[in-house]
Amino acid sequence: MSRRGRRDVGLGVLGVLLAFGACEAVSRAGIVRRTYLPPASEVLARAVELAGDSAFLDGIGATVRAWALGLTLACVIAVPLGLLLGSVPVVEAAMRAIVEFLRPLPSVALIPLVSLLLGSGTRTEVTLIAYASVWPILFNTMYGLRESEPLAKDTLRAFGFGRAAVLWRVELAGAAPFIAAGVRISAAVALVLAVATELLSGFGEGLGIFIAQAQLATDGTRDVLAGVVWAGALGLVVNGVLVWGERRLFPWAPERRAVRT
Amino acid sequence: MLRLDSLSQSYGEHRVLRDVSLSVPDGQLLCVVGPSGCGKSTLLRTIAGLLPVREGAVTIDGTLVTGVPDRLAVVFQDYGRSLLPWLSVRDNVALPLRRQGLRRAERRAEAEHMLERVGLEASARRSPWQLSGGMQQRVAIARALVVRPSLLLMDEPFGSLDARTREDLEDLLLEVHRTDGATIVFVTHDIDESVYLGDRVVVLSAGPDSRVARDLPVGLPAQRDQIATRGLPEFVALRAEVGRAVRAPARAAVLGPADAEPEQAR
Ligand SMILES: Nc1ncnc2c1ncn2[C@@H]1O[C@H](COP(=O)(O)OP(=O)(O)OP(=O)(O)O)[C@@H](O)[C@H]1O
Ligand SMILES: [Mg+2]
Repeated sequence: MSRRGRRDVGLGVLGVLLAFGACEAVSRAGIVRRTYLPPASEVLARAVELAGDSAFLDGIGATVRAWALGLTLACVIAVPLGLLLGSVPVVEAAMRAIVEFLRPLPSVALIPLVSLLLGSGTRTEVTLIAYASVWPILFNTMYGLRESEPLAKDTLRAFGFGRAAVLWRVELAGAAPFIAAGVRISAAVALVLAVATELLSGFGEGLGIFIAQAQLATDGTRDVLAGVVWAGALGLVVNGVLVWGERRLFPWAPERRAVRT
Repeated sequence: MLRLDSLSQSYGEHRVLRDVSLSVPDGQLLCVVGPSGCGKSTLLRTIAGLLPVREGAVTIDGTLVTGVPDRLAVVFQDYGRSLLPWLSVRDNVALPLRRQGLRRAERRAEAEHMLERVGLEASARRSPWQLSGGMQQRVAIARALVVRPSLLLMDEPFGSLDARTREDLEDLLLEVHRTDGATIVFVTHDIDESVYLGDRVVVLSAGPDSRVARDLPVGLPAQRDQIATRGLPEFVALRAEVGRAVRAPARAAVLGPADAEPEQAR
């Protein structure tokens, strides 16, 4: 790890410790009631304890499955669609109004509507995850195509390669780092949607369900917070793995720029 | 035979080439020189079929060029951006051989052989972006030579090389030209180089509306030598003539004395 990287990790750990200490102190000093905000150490202990709870782990498994399914579905839809929109201007022009209408709709607001249509099971969850995850991948694919090197395209054309070969060998290959960055952003969005859908629908199994049920129990704040810690840790791990993968796969991409939606 | 008939090119309102006519017999090594911005790269892109012809015509063996000609290879001026960063140096060079239906192992072997000839055998497995400018330029040259093109277009291909490497590659190009007999259009800023390499040197006048200001056959012996050839009186005289034509103000070069009238070497 570079010196800069080590420093950043150091600062990150420091930040976590400070936040942890603050929560602990606020609670222990009695500034807020314990039932509202249990000490951070208790929350953490509970989170660790949950790792041995098989029912809880099954829930995590369910959430991760829905997350992975939705995200995969989003990739399967968004990458080809992005290639189409990015390389055929006519289609892009025709779709622009629809895209611009749908894009600003907060996906979470669609939860009640989709639940109404599809019931409150896995189908709803996966559909919503996929819907929300499509956008970052779609826009990054289109953006990546637009960024592709015109001279590299000319070179392949000059060597006699056709339109399809240029699209595959230059444009798609060049867009790959952008697509990967889109997937990384979508992975976080998908996790939010997974937990949020479970929370709002309120039955079945999953991390969101665990949190929703803990909320109803007396003294459940500790469990709610322990669930939240798990959600955060999950997001952190997923992001870390994806960033690492991008560095390995695309060492040439100078800065992994990404369009956020 | 590559022919340009009264070719004019422009980018929108910006006029670049005006009424350029040239016939390049098969197997000729034609050097094109001219002031910066006069339209040399534009000329090459037009011949490569990458830029639609505005006015006039480009034909190869009598057929109109409307797309990329067969068995073409190009070394672009901006060589660095023409390499694919996700492929290794060797795979960059091997890539165009796909069009010839070679198997992967054959493609790689050919690529490695050509990399050896440009002095890059040690860098075959590295990535283009890990190489220096001059090394990248040699990768682009190897990639063009490996396909054994019948028409080879090179846009200042030796611009980033040190003197020694440059001489080696000039001689490599001459050797490949002798054995494969490709028609080569070679753009350069370097007047010496144009006379040393060329069977013929065409000087373009300054733009806009750049045209053929001088068209000089190079009567030097086919077998050239870096030291001996450059010392020949004919070499020195030709170099001076090309130099004068390049320096001449645009008007004078085009309208000037009778001997500046473009000679058609057919
Ligand atoms: N894509 C483009 N759009 C608009 N104008 C262009 C474009 N490419 C080149 N030009 C203009 O056309 C003229 C000729 O450009 P070109 O690149 O062919 O010159 P050149 O002779 O190759 O110059 P150099 O020796 O510096 O490489 C220049 O005035 C340039 O500004
Ligand atoms: Mg140029």
